[in-house]
Amino acid sequence: MNTPKTGARRRTIAGHGLAVLIGATALSGCVQIETPDKPIEINLNINIRQEVVYRLDGDAKKLIEQNSEIF
Amino acid sequence: MMRVKMWKPTGLALAAIAATAAVALAVPSAMAQRDPAYAAARAAGQIGEQPDGYLGFASTPTPAIRALVQDLNIKRKAAYTERAQATGSTVEQFAFTSGCNLIANTKPGEKYQAPDGRWLTRDGSPPVRSASCP
Repeated sequence: MNTPKTGARRRTIAGHGLAVLIGATALSGCVQIETPDKPIEINLNINIRQEVVYRLDGDAKKLIEQNSEIF
Repeated sequence: MMRVKMWKPTGLALAAIAATAAVALAVPSAMAQRDPAYAAARAAGQIGEQPDGYLGFASTPTPAIRALVQDLNIKRKAAYTERAQATGSTVEQFAFTSGCNLIANTKPGEKYQAPDGRWLTRDGSPPVRSASCP
């Protein structure tokens, strides 16, 4: 007895969902999303690098001082 | 009374460190200097420092300047390679860290390359460098 009712309710919910979906699809026509080429990977590289750069900074300064003719 | 006795050696140690630092600073300036042609091309803004630790051309170079820069960049790469091995880093990492310092060391009027690739002229304000620079 209850099963058909639930089925009917489901269909109604599904109908609502469909309406929302159609609405969303209609709206999404106005929004353009462009996929970025690189950003995420670059940001990770910078984070890794920064630690290394801080560690090497003193050695780099020394090298530049001691080889002033090529810098 | 005890404190005075304790501090005296520290004062001496500081004086010794200061003396050593003064000697260390004096030595590099007495060492080899830039080739006059290199110094001139730098001062004229024809060449400048890149973020990657190597020299680059801010304007189209003459063959002589191109050869000069190539020679210096080869020597730089050799120096970076040696230090990278000694510090357990990659050549690229060591060169980049050096580039941060070399751009910071540019004098007003000299050229350097910003992270976005533009060639800028150094003025009195801090240079535009990569966010990774210390």
